[in-house]
Amino acid sequence: MIDQDVLERVLAAAVRTGADFAEVYAEDKRSTSVAFDDGRVEQVTSGRDRGAGIRVIKGDTTGFAHTADLTETGLAAAAEAAAAAASQGGGGARTVALTRSPVRTVSPIEQFPDNVRKADKVALMARMDDAARSAGAAIVQVSAAYGDSRKHMLVANTDGVFVTDEQVRTLVRITAVADGDSGMQTGYQSAGLTKGFELFREVNVEELARDAARMAITKLNARPAPSGSMQVVIKQGSGGVLFHEACGHGLEADLVAKGGSVYRGKQGELVASPLVTLVDDGTMTGEWGAFGYDDEGHPSQYNVLIQDGVLTDYMWDYLRARNEGRPRSGNGRRQSYQHLPMVRMTNTYVLNGTTEPDDIVRATGSGVYVAKLGGGSVNTASGDFVFGMTEAYLIEDGQITEPLREGNLIGNGPAVLRDIDMLGNDFAMGNPGTCGKDGQGVPVGDGQPTLRVKSLTIGGTAA
Amino acid sequence: MSSEQLQEIADRVVAQARTGEQVEAFVSRDSETDIRVYEGQVEHFVSARSEGIGIRVIRDGRTGFAYSGTLDPSAIADVLAEARDNVEFGTRDEWAGLAEPDGVAVIDQDLWNETLAGYHTDRKIEIAKELERLTLATDSRVRVDDSNYADVAAEMAVATTTGIRRNGRENGCFVSVGTLADDGDETQTGFGFSVGRSPDLFDLGKAAREAADRATRLLGATKPSSKRVTVVLDPYVTAMFLGIISSTLDGEAVAKGRSLFKDRLGDQVANPILTLMDDPTNPLAYTATDLDGEGLAARRNSLIQEGVLQQFVHNSYSARRVGAVSTGNAVRGGFKGTPGVGCLALQLQPGTRDQAALIADVDDGVLIQSVQGLHSGVNPISGDFSAGASGLIITNGTLGAPIREFTIASTLQRMLLDVVEVGGDIDWLPMRASGVSLVIRDITMSGA
Repeated sequence: MIDQDVLERVLAAAVRTGADFAEVYAEDKRSTSVAFDDGRVEQVTSGRDRGAGIRVIKGDTTGFAHTADLTETGLAAAAEAAAAAASQGGGGARTVALTRSPVRTVSPIEQFPDNVRKADKVALMARMDDAARSAGAAIVQVSAAYGDSRKHMLVANTDGVFVTDEQVRTLVRITAVADGDSGMQTGYQSAGLTKGFELFREVNVEELARDAARMAITKLNARPAPSGSMQVVIKQGSGGVLFHEACGHGLEADLVAKGGSVYRGKQGELVASPLVTLVDDGTMTGEWGAFGYDDEGHPSQYNVLIQDGVLTDYMWDYLRARNEGRPRSGNGRRQSYQHLPMVRMTNTYVLNGTTEPDDIVRATGSGVYVAKLGGGSVNTASGDFVFGMTEAYLIEDGQITEPLREGNLIGNGPAVLRDIDMLGNDFAMGNPGTCGKDGQGVPVGDGQPTLRVKSLTIGGTAA
Repeated sequence: MSSEQLQEIADRVVAQARTGEQVEAFVSRDSETDIRVYEGQVEHFVSARSEGIGIRVIRDGRTGFAYSGTLDPSAIADVLAEARDNVEFGTRDEWAGLAEPDGVAVIDQDLWNETLAGYHTDRKIEIAKELERLTLATDSRVRVDDSNYADVAAEMAVATTTGIRRNGRENGCFVSVGTLADDGDETQTGFGFSVGRSPDLFDLGKAAREAADRATRLLGATKPSSKRVTVVLDPYVTAMFLGIISSTLDGEAVAKGRSLFKDRLGDQVANPILTLMDDPTNPLAYTATDLDGEGLAARRNSLIQEGVLQQFVHNSYSARRVGAVSTGNAVRGGFKGTPGVGCLALQLQPGTRDQAALIADVDDGVLIQSVQGLHSGVNPISGDFSAGASGLIITNGTLGAPIREFTIASTLQRMLLDVVEVGGDIDWLPMRASGVSLVIRDITMSGA
């Protein structure tokens, strides 16, 4: 994308006014998406995003500029703007010598999306539409989407780091709408991995579509969700977002450093039920949040955040690790070359327990069984977090019974982690997610076995 | 590069249209400044410029689209070729087509502010520092998480083979501050904003006070028990609520049978005291604009008049499908996508009384200061509404103890009918809706 000698000169120029550190992040991404709605292929979109972001750090101040011009002139102008932003003066010459690191392939690709005919991508959509509409007469509308991207990225900095990485992602999603006497209901399913078109050898798109339709139809008979605190069982592979919100964000070192996390100063302490071991793992082959190098050029890592309930470590990026004089953890990520990196999760999951999932439901006299969670959000300072239930059922006398309408659940992170009292042995990863923080979205994965929380507040309307 | 130069680029693409093709070129160029201050130092300073082009080609009712984040001539040729290639894979749609000039005059609102365009960087930094100082000075329990100054300048041009040829530019700025308030082990958070066409119009004192109040007044908050209550939504929360309501009034959702109001035109869908309009021609609105995403004049549309559903919002496609005309509500997320449908600058017809007066009339209720999880617990198709919340108890017209970690729930249909009063305290926010205090009865509060 950019020659090594050009990078060395641009970086040297960026620190000429006395900055401590400079970095070039460049990407060249090609993407294809298909929008299918209302029985039609509405549109195929082809996109090209190409550019570089230059970060210059002096003391505690970061300057950042980006450009779509990857020539030496374009990069030099961006470097000058970033340096000016970071610094008011100083001086001194510095040379930069880059050492190229070997390529790390975390997710090997068999069928690159640019080698697959557009017609084959488009054909998936009609199959999903057919399958969803065939699932029941109540299905009145279906929208589906396909997306793929192939991104080449490069990071070079004044510490001599020089890495490149190639990141391929492929995803499908579908929303089905069912109409009945009580109004409309929706069902949603998706599948996405850091893989090429071979994704569709392991994902059956018709099954995905039928599942979305089933969810919408089931909810036509749903009763209002209860209101108040109760026992909640969360199905395998659907509740990773609970950990993402209940503690994942609170373990990001940038939030911890500013005293904006309830987990500040809690390293070595019991912060969760001893059943819980929580991992953030950027090396998990094929998963949505996997990569070879993070967006600051650090190799992806397997990081244990909570071991048997004890907080072992936070997640780190370049800046926070530098300030604390400790190693990074491969969690420096950004949405694109137009964004500054910060501490982000990758694939965050809870390891297996030992209980049979059926026994967890049977042991629950009354409560709510959540079969699919929607998104969530957290206030890391107070620890209060919410997450949506898009498919849920009542548990009565240890049996899963009637479907419930949608709603949010609310809890406080540290309390909920301690209240996990049963953990299944049926670990599964969940749907591909996009995690939002400070206006930037990055792809993340999550997963967990079936588990029970002994008290969570269900935000429904029924008494 | 000026808007006229962007127009020339768009014109050149459209001139390459072949017989039987409709072609639209949308070209934009943005620059942004984003300054964050922490403990008196600049934490980051982002100076960003981006530009790009999106090209839509329609032939025989089939649509193809492509974009590129550069205005390099060879890249533009590739984008046009890709868009043409993508046409082959679209399904024929009898309503597909570009917008056509509709004779509605553009209301020139003068959305370009020269003071902002020439504002010196050092003064922008000083504003963010001043906001941090003012916030810290309000209360010893308050820390500042981040104090931010942001501005954006956007230029765009659109041209079509159907005869649309328009360009424009606008700029705006805002400041925001995030706070943390501590009491022992407990920490609560708050935020404050101020928006303006120019930094000279900021009210930093108000942003600082609100950010400090929001955090400090939640200290000591407990989890309430579950019951039905009347809620008073803070203007910021009302603006978020209006954003959800707007998706039910989207003409494309209506045409595709996906709006819960699809068969309700002319019906009483809200309490008669409620009048909702979309008015991008009011320059006080942060998202005021002269043009919609297809290059038609942005205009004022009455959506709900005294509780009666008046109309849905449309772009040219959704309008054609339902036999209506575009209401100038094409929205476009930059050059990377084709126009969808959406409200541009929502506004509730304000009432006359301030928030204190509204609260004084509530016997048993909650002032909702913030909500969480509107993306996860609200379904605009079914109408289910459930959100995490924090706020203050209202007893016999008086604000009392803070509460947190509870949810408020109802349905969108019922909430509109259950509105009791609209406040007169209009607040302009950096969002697609302005805020005003709103009283809604019979909401389920779930807590302990």
